Amino acid sequence: MPSYQLSVNGKQYTVEADAQMPLLWVIRDLIGLTGTKYGCGIAQCGACTVHLSGAPVRSCSFPVSAVADQPVTTIEGISNDNSHPVQRAWIAEQVPQCGYCQSGQIMSAIALLKDKPKPTDEDINAAMNGNICRCGTYTRIRKAIKTAANYTN
Amino acid sequence: MRKPISRRDFIQKTAASGIALTLAAYMPSQGARAVIAMQPGTAAAENGTELMSWISIDQSGKVTLMCNRSEMGQGTFQALPQMLAEELEVKLEDVDIVFAPANPKKYGAQPQEGSFSVRGWAPTLLRTGASAREMLIQAAAQQWKVPSSDCYALNGEVINRTSGNKLGYGVLVEKAAGLTPPAQVALKKRIDYKIIGKSLPRQDIPLKTNGTAIFGLDKKIPGMQYAVVERNPRFIGKVKSFDDSETRKVSGITHVFKVQRIVFNQVCEGVAVVANSTWAAMQGRKVLKVEWDDSGFDHPGTVELDAQMHENLKKPAQNPQFETAFNQSSKKLEAFYETPYQSHSCMEPLNCIADVRSDSIEIWGPVQEANWIQADISQKMNVPIERVTVNMTFLGGGFGRKGFPDYPHEAALISKEIGAPVQVVWTREDDMTAGPFRPGAFFACKGGLTPGGGIHTFQTITATQWIGQGWTAAPSPPPEPATYNAGNSEGLLPPYLSGIKHYSFAGVGTRSPVPVMWWRSVSASTNGFACESFLDELAHLAGKDPLDFRRDHLPDLRYKALFNRLEELTNWKSRGQNQGWGIAATECFTGICAHAVKVSRKTDGKIRIDKVIALMDCGWYVNPDIIRAQVEGSIVMGLGAATSHATIFEDGKAVHRNFDTYPMPRIADIPEIEVHIMENEEKPGGVGEPGLPPFAPALTNAIFDLTGKRIRKLPFKLDEIS
Repeated sequence: MPSYQLSVNGKQYTVEADAQMPLLWVIRDLIGLTGTKYGCGIAQCGACTVHLSGAPVRSCSFPVSAVADQPVTTIEGISNDNSHPVQRAWIAEQVPQCGYCQSGQIMSAIALLKDKPKPTDEDINAAMNGNICRCGTYTRIRKAIKTAANYTN
Repeated sequence: MRKPISRRDFIQKTAASGIALTLAAYMPSQGARAVIAMQPGTAAAENGTELMSWISIDQSGKVTLMCNRSEMGQGTFQALPQMLAEELEVKLEDVDIVFAPANPKKYGAQPQEGSFSVRGWAPTLLRTGASAREMLIQAAAQQWKVPSSDCYALNGEVINRTSGNKLGYGVLVEKAAGLTPPAQVALKKRIDYKIIGKSLPRQDIPLKTNGTAIFGLDKKIPGMQYAVVERNPRFIGKVKSFDDSETRKVSGITHVFKVQRIVFNQVCEGVAVVANSTWAAMQGRKVLKVEWDDSGFDHPGTVELDAQMHENLKKPAQNPQFETAFNQSSKKLEAFYETPYQSHSCMEPLNCIADVRSDSIEIWGPVQEANWIQADISQKMNVPIERVTVNMTFLGGGFGRKGFPDYPHEAALISKEIGAPVQVVWTREDDMTAGPFRPGAFFACKGGLTPGGGIHTFQTITATQWIGQGWTAAPSPPPEPATYNAGNSEGLLPPYLSGIKHYSFAGVGTRSPVPVMWWRSVSASTNGFACESFLDELAHLAGKDPLDFRRDHLPDLRYKALFNRLEELTNWKSRGQNQGWGIAATECFTGICAHAVKVSRKTDGKIRIDKVIALMDCGWYVNPDIIRAQVEGSIVMGLGAATSHATIFEDGKAVHRNFDTYPMPRIADIPEIEVHIMENEEKPGGVGEPGLPPFAPALTNAIFDLTGKRIRKLPFKLDEIS
């Protein structure tokens, strides 16, 4: 079984895993960070979204062997005290219902705002359309992204 | 007509048929004396004094409130403690909330169904909070040697009116817990509420924005293994044989064996693959070879199921009295409506942890029915009920599917076989294809008008698979004859039956190997489409305004008020003809909801939904922002079921296996949504489900208004409307 050195949320981990094991299951089952969720396993729902060198990837379909030396950030690495502007906006707008997809939604939103600090509705549609919310919190997600954009500027 | 079996009925019937279930609610006035320490979770819960079944207070005054019902997004984790805190006189932000384990003797029945939490629990929780407050006041009064009437409670303290002295709940709780709860207690007036009726931020949300909320899949138990199950894709087929030689070569695989899952007494077979990680179990399953025995039952597809339901609509014997009245109607209309099977597809796929030990069983999981699981596992595994512990985690969606005990029982069977705790993980494909599904339902509607343009006659005949009865290879039950002025159709506003002179319902249950069960708003999600579409068709036949037409047939003032308010919110009278406005209103689980939908044709020729205005009448309510959120979410779920997805079967198997071919609404598909709440003094009504059924008919009614095209079959593609 090959061994991999991973940097997750600024911390170094050594994991032994099959080369094809998706990053999602490495993070959840081997490293033990469960904020990143399994939703579909085929990069269709976005619940597993993490950042690789700051860019959003669907960790359910990203083999651990392809991570190489790129740093991984999960929801736990954003802030544990909900101090990040996007987390604050998510709380202010009372976005989550069941909450299961929200780690992925927040990771996608953070990547969007990094790229486009003042996103238009079209920017939000483009960046967030890969994240399904079965509870239907989309109206509030849109509002919270705009709220967060105001916090950061 | 006989209504499809409700979840509550089913549980009661199950209880009557052998499973011991306690449905009696806990009565605070007969509450037991204090018990020190209880469920682990917080400092107060571990070390504090339990004052009432739901309330623990530690010596520092820290309050822990128990949430006895599951949280799947609908906000019970907030709404139930909000009721306790109001009467207990503590600030909600100062309390901890923890899930209560399954314990019907202590926390009453805990099934999470029927939008029941607030409407069912308000009386008990208000009385519990008030009783605890009175006991704390009495304890302080005894200490000060003054009458209780000289004292009052505020923000976790008892205050002496005369001296101004204060004592915190923390120093009073042990003494208070030794007192007998008052037999009667005065509840606050609604006008005096400081917590109830306010949009206080949900206490579970901060856990859901930093990854710390523990869902079923996130729970870990020491020594826990992981399992996936290859289940027969034809639902009631058997395992003939399997070859696990390749599976056992996969690193991490520990066990492979045949396992059962029982749904409505129907045994489903599969092969469990157990490993030291979820991924290893999934890899082992991929190379497992199973030969299925699918003999002895039909393998229908959607084409056959639909044809059967179409045929069945003709079977009920017509009622002569209704037929005579129908034939005397001055204008007549008949229409057929079709709604498909649907999958629940919660974002958190099904999963459950079981630890079967030599003398006890413990379950952890995202479950809607903790009591039922406890009783079911006790019976099926032959372990005394007091030795079965069921712990609830947060649920990543439920929608009814997680209200069934099949998957915890399956996990228990696997744990017993391997002699270790196990987490059984359903893949998205498992979750989407195994069901049980919302049954498809077909409707034949028939109605006629009076010479003045009112409804003279109204009939719906329903063909569907009845939940709990429709899933066997046995022949279908005989069709029920059409009634005359008896029965109803779940979803239809009940007062219409007073406003319509001749009405009739009939139902035809069909059986198929496809398992079916309740889905958010249950039969109202299908019946509501038929009834509210047909009412709209009758309004147009009469040449009447669809809103006036509905209101004219509702003698009840509460319902008239709903339409009056909807008229105001939409500026209905100034909207202009054929501008794409549609309305619909339904009732389920005592929540009444009306939607107005506005559609338009864009420059590319395609229909777009511009706006949805929703109006909820749930009577007395706890948290308006949670109500708005639930209605927003119901609209999105209704949008998906109306315009995106349906479960299709071929050769006895579900075809669509994942979100690539079962498309869900996404953020770009969502129209502007506005939610309003009726203010009245009615009893609390359901919230989590009633916001869903009106959406589809309001949308198709709007499309008719704009285009003249009547859509009678769901789902349909908005892009394809000519």
